[in-house]
Amino acid sequence: MNEEELTTVIPGVAVGDWVDQGVDWLNSTFREIFRAIGDVLGTLINGLIDVMLLVPPDVMIVALALLGLLLRSWQFAVGSALTLALIVAMGMWIPAMQTLALVVIATAAAVLIAVPIGILAARNNLVSNLVRPVLDFMQTMPAFVYLIPAILFFSIGYVPGVLSTIVFALPPGVRLTELGIRQVDAETVEAGQAFGATPRQILRGIQLPLAVPTIMAGINQVIMLALSMAVIAGMVGADGLGKKVVESIATLNIGLGAEAGLSVVVLAIYLDRLTAAVGGSGSDKSLRSLIRRNTTARRQPSTTAS
Amino acid sequence: MPALEADGVFKIFGRRPERGVRALREGRTREELRSRGLTPAVIDATFSVDPGEIFVVMGLSGSGKSTLIRTVNRLLDPTAGTVVIDGTDISSLDAVGLRRVRREKISMVFQHFALLPHRTVGENAAYGLQVQGMNSSDRRARAEQALDMVGLKGWGASMPSELSGGMRQRVGLARALAAGTDIMLMDEAFSALDPLIRREMQDQLIDLQQRLDKTILFITHDLNEAMRLGDRIAMMRDGRIEQIGTAEQILNNPVNNYVAEFVQDVDRTRVLTAANVMEQPVAVLGSTSGPQAAHKLMREHQLAWLLVVNRDRTVHGLVWSHDVAAAVREGTDVLPLHRAELPYTSPDTTLSDLFTQAASSPAPLVVRDEDQRLVGVIPDVTLLAAMGNGQSNGNGQTLENVPVGIPAGVDHGTEVR
Ligand SMILES: Nc1ncnc2c1ncn2[C@@H]1O[C@H](COP(=O)(O)OP(=O)(O)O)[C@@H](O)[C@H]1O
Ligand SMILES: [Mg+2]
Repeated sequence: MNEEELTTVIPGVAVGDWVDQGVDWLNSTFREIFRAIGDVLGTLINGLIDVMLLVPPDVMIVALALLGLLLRSWQFAVGSALTLALIVAMGMWIPAMQTLALVVIATAAAVLIAVPIGILAARNNLVSNLVRPVLDFMQTMPAFVYLIPAILFFSIGYVPGVLSTIVFALPPGVRLTELGIRQVDAETVEAGQAFGATPRQILRGIQLPLAVPTIMAGINQVIMLALSMAVIAGMVGADGLGKKVVESIATLNIGLGAEAGLSVVVLAIYLDRLTAAVGGSGSDKSLRSLIRRNTTARRQPSTTAS
Repeated sequence: MPALEADGVFKIFGRRPERGVRALREGRTREELRSRGLTPAVIDATFSVDPGEIFVVMGLSGSGKSTLIRTVNRLLDPTAGTVVIDGTDISSLDAVGLRRVRREKISMVFQHFALLPHRTVGENAAYGLQVQGMNSSDRRARAEQALDMVGLKGWGASMPSELSGGMRQRVGLARALAAGTDIMLMDEAFSALDPLIRREMQDQLIDLQQRLDKTILFITHDLNEAMRLGDRIAMMRDGRIEQIGTAEQILNNPVNNYVAEFVQDVDRTRVLTAANVMEQPVAVLGSTSGPQAAHKLMREHQLAWLLVVNRDRTVHGLVWSHDVAAAVREGTDVLPLHRAELPYTSPDTTLSDLFTQAASSPAPLVVRDEDQRLVGVIPDVTLLAAMGNGQSNGNGQTLENVPVGIPAGVDHGTEVR
């Protein structure tokens, strides 16, 4: 059965046409602004990719593994080194770095937008009530749909990929920032007020620091969403693992698809574990907590209070 | 001038709470308001706290204590009524003025400590000073001083998570002390601690209060704690203050059945102090007098013993009538003083502590103030114990009435403190 054949008294509404017209209008009105945004983003991401590819893969792998050691554990560092080496071995290093750069830029931008909105929403119920349905919309809209206007505004390449990734990855950043701040112990916030702290002093000295674990959990989700979207962004011509996947689908090349897919998994696990370690109190096997333990041990008083 | 004055304070939660104030003034009950979606947490609270006083607000959970204390520094805005702190009506202050009052006049200690877990103990203690914008070396010095006062010397560099509950609350106390305000609000500050530690903290608070002369508004749901700490106690029920008075007044003259029932199970021996039960000695002997004078006095008043007191009212010793009689017979000029050390105690020792102290000695308990001067005697503590939930002495003679050459104008406290 066809949609037109349905028996209904509800008249048709041309939502699609309106969106079409709206996008056209936006495109003609803000052409210059879009171009400027596109140029900045394009320059940023191409620059980052150039830098990351300037470093030999071996050096890069060692650096990423060391970062893993610093923030998590030596086991994680060794695992990362091996799996990242696998990417090189499969010949997927360049697209992997392109995808990583896209994820980094998109995450940075998403966090820069999401955290302030989350803070506003936490402090103001009106903002919170306005923002929530928008976030629901952004999160449930099929990711592919973002690609269409992005192409219209920015043509194909990295830029529409990054922008649609930002939009897609933003919501958990906002939500968890708001949640993190709202769930800070009310008495602790009262303590700030009771000692005469300004709202700003309370935000910076109490709410944000205590919300960090939750905000980091949000950023972790942002990164994961960004990675999944970055793969989809391959469809609009953003170079990287996503493009390899798209290629493999077009040519039914199972081998290529498996290699690209595996590389995505490696990146995903690395980024996930790394950001989880930043957010939590940190596994105590990390170099960071080892250093911290040593310094606090030295600060302990020798006397014990009664 | 009182340090703190609340006049007709209402706090009602819900939409358009002013209508609740009107309804309550027209005699509607709390339940009627509830059915209209309003929660009257504080109803017409009026009290004033004098400088240097520990004023305790006591009530069961949900009676509105936390809400009341929060209207005092306007963490909650009262729905009606005024709060005057040190002459300033804070209800009319704008945000800046309110912050100034909170920084300079009034600090707070919280039930669950409310420390900043990501800052060191020292930084926590210095929090109020940091908010005030004091430079870091000065505030470190002040914070260390405050930590020292609460017995946490040397712990400044530790993290709160490394401390026990009692120690954390000491940090909370140090934070309030370091802020240097005259008034401290304490909302169930010791309720989260186990009984032994709680007792210790109460003693420390009394001690600190006496040294620093802070004005303290203390909230508790524990009647024994209220009686131990409070110079005066406000009994709160369902948002209303039922009675304000000293521990003794509340125990002996409850205004209504609620208060009476509330206090009936109180262990009076833990609430009443030496000051409540001591008597003024019928007579005392100047330390320069001889056995003859003692003998005459004792015969006159039919006494078995007599306290010997120096000019400055410090206690010289005690004589027994049979020793005095013997000395008179022998014709010596030397007073036959009781040989062993007398059992001394202070006015604020509780009865339960007196029992253990007095059990072993035949001599009466001698109550002295901190300058070692005589303020009263407790002739027979075992008798008191037998009285069980006995009342305090109505009132004894004052030392002015004491017949023998002793400096007059003794000013003694029968007030509970
Ligand atoms: N923010 C609030 N909103 C609505 N009702 C409240 C709020 N805070 C307290 N209440 C109500 O006010 C009453 C008194 O609470 P509270 O002051 O916390 O009592 P207490 O400290 O004596 O246990 C309770 O019935 C409580 O449910
Ligand atoms: Mg409470």
